Amino acid sequence: MFIDYQSMSVWELLAFNTPGWGGTLLSGLLLSLEIAILGFFFGLVIGFFGALGKLSNSIISRDLWACYTTTVRAIPELVLILLIYFALPNVLNNLLSLMGFADIEINGFVAGVLVISFVQGAYATEVIRSAMQAIPKGQLEAAHAFAIPKYKILYRISLPAMLPHALPGLSNLWLIATKDTALLAVVGFTELTLAARQAAGATKEQLLFLSIAGLLYLIISLLSDALFKYLIRRSNKGQMHG
Amino acid sequence: MDNNPLVQTDLSPDNKSAYQQSLVSLKNWLMPHRVLLILLAVSLIGLMINKLSWYWIPDYQDAIVSGLWRTLILLVTTFIAGFLLAIPIGLVQVTGPPYLAKLAQSFCTLIRGTPLLLQIWLLYYGVGSIFPEIDWLRDSFLWPYLTDAWPYAFIALTLSVAAYEGEVMRGAFAGVPKGELEAAKAFGMPPVKILTRIWLPRAIQRSLPVIGGEVILQLKATPLVATITLIDTYAVFSKIRQETYIVYEPLLLMTAIYLILAGFIAIIFNRLEKKNGAQ
Repeated sequence: MFIDYQSMSVWELLAFNTPGWGGTLLSGLLLSLEIAILGFFFGLVIGFFGALGKLSNSIISRDLWACYTTTVRAIPELVLILLIYFALPNVLNNLLSLMGFADIEINGFVAGVLVISFVQGAYATEVIRSAMQAIPKGQLEAAHAFAIPKYKILYRISLPAMLPHALPGLSNLWLIATKDTALLAVVGFTELTLAARQAAGATKEQLLFLSIAGLLYLIISLLSDALFKYLIRRSNKGQMHG
Repeated sequence: MDNNPLVQTDLSPDNKSAYQQSLVSLKNWLMPHRVLLILLAVSLIGLMINKLSWYWIPDYQDAIVSGLWRTLILLVTTFIAGFLLAIPIGLVQVTGPPYLAKLAQSFCTLIRGTPLLLQIWLLYYGVGSIFPEIDWLRDSFLWPYLTDAWPYAFIALTLSVAAYEGEVMRGAFAGVPKGELEAAKAFGMPPVKILTRIWLPRAIQRSLPVIGGEVILQLKATPLVATITLIDTYAVFSKIRQETYIVYEPLLLMTAIYLILAGFIAIIFNRLEKKNGAQ
């Protein structure tokens, strides 16, 4: 079937139903956002335990977490994506067949979430660790003096007190997460960037579609920036400045 | 407080303390769990070398080395060019007229708000698709360059460094203590001299650790140029994987190469900081 894209106007090209490519772009954007949100969330979970591990008294856990953060921050994300996309399924399936289980398949979505959370975890570890160190010692000592149990200190005092210090770093991490989803285009996963590239290739309107994708990313960045600024202002309420 | 010439402490460590320090750091490495970890790592590497197939390395030796060169050249040239752009971008946001500050700020937002991969593709496929439609360009001396991937990769990576470093330099310029600049002014230094002798060196000195991190980030960004047909380290290993049908080994070697490069950068910047770091 031949579609004459050359004679179509910009709005027809961007229309949501089939001759237009707007729908493809939008579903790519949604996929990007889903992966970014899941990756960011799991990254936070890893980062939380990483920060606890790095601040713990056990030097073994400190060293192991240091190995993790150092290596992840030194290997290009693109290489990590290849490793998780191609090597991890092999390793997992070998292990599973050794244990007598059936093979599993890692699709683009799962691999994407895995990569992003693995990378985000390393950076989040550092952000949360330094935020926890910024909590005034007296607050924790007061909690200890009241004999509050450890886990309660963690979620009643450490977490809320750490948040204002962590938010600027976390806002940065979220932006990195949204931008890192674009790398999945390289392994053929149709998120926003690859969707734009496919539309551009089919219609020969390279500049139009790639700019639109850029615009969408920019809108996400600006919106989340505004949201995080609001959250930072809120969490700083009632705190002493300086 | 910093760098006060009157109370400068002796910066050259005497031999004895250096010797003690090296003993302490050696002791640090000899803790049982660390020895165990190192042994584990060594045996894992040994196992990899013995059990996995590396027969393809001699065949692709030259390609790997030339890919490595390309990566390094791209890294160094784009970082230097981007940094040179970042200085005015950071400076106008601190002292420049409002419209220039606004312009620099929107440039940083634009570049930092979109993925680098998309920028590279936008330049190479998007902007690159306009040039063939301009007739006089095809006869000009520029044409061979415009059809090559190098300029697009260079420009995209340079702009990215300029934006990210521009933000860093803005903070660094703003962070230089006012008193130092006022002292320079009191000595009758002209503005340009204040910038080149006091403000810029102090700003760079204070942001050295951040710059080191940014160089590693830039190293991690270079593989993206492989998507627009440049044959860097990443592209060489992709080719090896396609031609030999080997899954793990090229990936592992590539990972090791990038780890070592990042390690080198970290060591170089550590040295630089020790030598000229702000206290």
